[in-house]
Amino acid sequence: MEIKEKIRQFIRANLVVFEDEADFTDSDNIFEMGFVNSLFAMKLVSYIEQEFGITVDNEDLEISNFSSVDRIVGYIENKKAG
Amino acid sequence: MAESNKEIKCVIWDLDHTVWDGILLESDEVKLKAGLVEVLKRLDSRGILHSIASRNEYEFALEKLKELGVAEYFLYPEINWNAKSVSVGNIQRNLNIGMDAIMFIDDQPFEREEVKNAHPDITCIDATEYLELPELKRLNPRFITDDSRRRRLMYMDDIKRKVEEDEFQGPPETFLSSLNMKFVIHDAKEEDLQRAEELTVRTNQLNATGLTYDYDELNAFRISDQYKLLICELTDKYGSYGKIGLALIELKEDCWHLRLMLMSCRVMNRGVGSVLMSHIMQECKKDGKILLADFKHTKRNRMMYVSYKFANFKEVSKDEGGHILFENDLSMIQPFPHYIDVKIL
Repeated sequence: MEIKEKIRQFIRANLVVFEDEADFTDSDNIFEMGFVNSLFAMKLVSYIEQEFGITVDNEDLEISNFSSVDRIVGYIENKKAG
Repeated sequence: MAESNKEIKCVIWDLDHTVWDGILLESDEVKLKAGLVEVLKRLDSRGILHSIASRNEYEFALEKLKELGVAEYFLYPEINWNAKSVSVGNIQRNLNIGMDAIMFIDDQPFEREEVKNAHPDITCIDATEYLELPELKRLNPRFITDDSRRRRLMYMDDIKRKVEEDEFQGPPETFLSSLNMKFVIHDAKEEDLQRAEELTVRTNQLNATGLTYDYDELNAFRISDQYKLLICELTDKYGSYGKIGLALIELKEDCWHLRLMLMSCRVMNRGVGSVLMSHIMQECKKDGKILLADFKHTKRNRMMYVSYKFANFKEVSKDEGGHILFENDLSMIQPFPHYIDVKIL
């Protein structure tokens, strides 16, 4: 499965709203839309680290790196390339 | 090796020749060791949990514990044929506490070795010493609070919640809504201080500074005009999780400075972590100030760091000792999750 699909699936499984209300595109800011909570942030970071074998450094822990599907995928690809 | 002096939160017992005399699979007539019930009860009343790591038949051993009238004292018993280090690891994960806060008691040196090898931070003792447990310093917390007295019952409520959660079909939101959670935040009163001290001592994973304060220090903050000491309690349809969060804020001329922020790990899965933070941010903004916050990395508090960063705190400085100063311009404040009824008293 490609990275984007995995991330979408993870977000979907961890949403804090009913699934049918949660329509988001790859560029939507999922934090601003209120779909996720503080616990989600930590789960997401752990998931990315385990699933893609990368370490999220403290400097990278900015919402801007994780605010949408596109940004998360971009971040992961960057890390893997680096 | 230097002995740790960290408080023990859980004692894990072997069964054969430790909890009872004899071997259950060889004789059905095993008897509890003399004085053992008193030891279990005394520690339990101090808020110290008990569990079991034993190689036995699960049903058979549990029946025996019930017959002997002590089954209710043991949380997450591991009675199976696994290595004891595996059982101990399972108990630690289930309780979500540090290995350095666990004591393992077994009559066999081999088992103690095996456990200690896999978990170097655990404390192992010989079964012959069981009567001395209540006297040990690490099993004598400085205060026994309402929260400590009720601790085992609160963990049993957690187990019920967990069962329901595992069986729940549907998005996590729906489950959280079904719990009817109430989160109450208020200024700490004098009667809250023992629990407040206990929280600073017991909380590792969700502690922003790793600092601990004692009763007198906390009381000084409580009565000072320059500080705000907040404590919070979470309840749901099962009952109270107890007083589970604490924050200390210094009110300065041009800013509020968050000196201490911690949240019990027992509520980690409830998505309530941001509530106390959001409340402080809202109040600070109303007061027309910006918010500073102290942070120090410890081995275990990464989750807290992530929470701060995702709450839009920016690092403004960092010293060599690893102390971070965060600043928040309060331009983005997360609303309270709507599945929690928040009350500010």
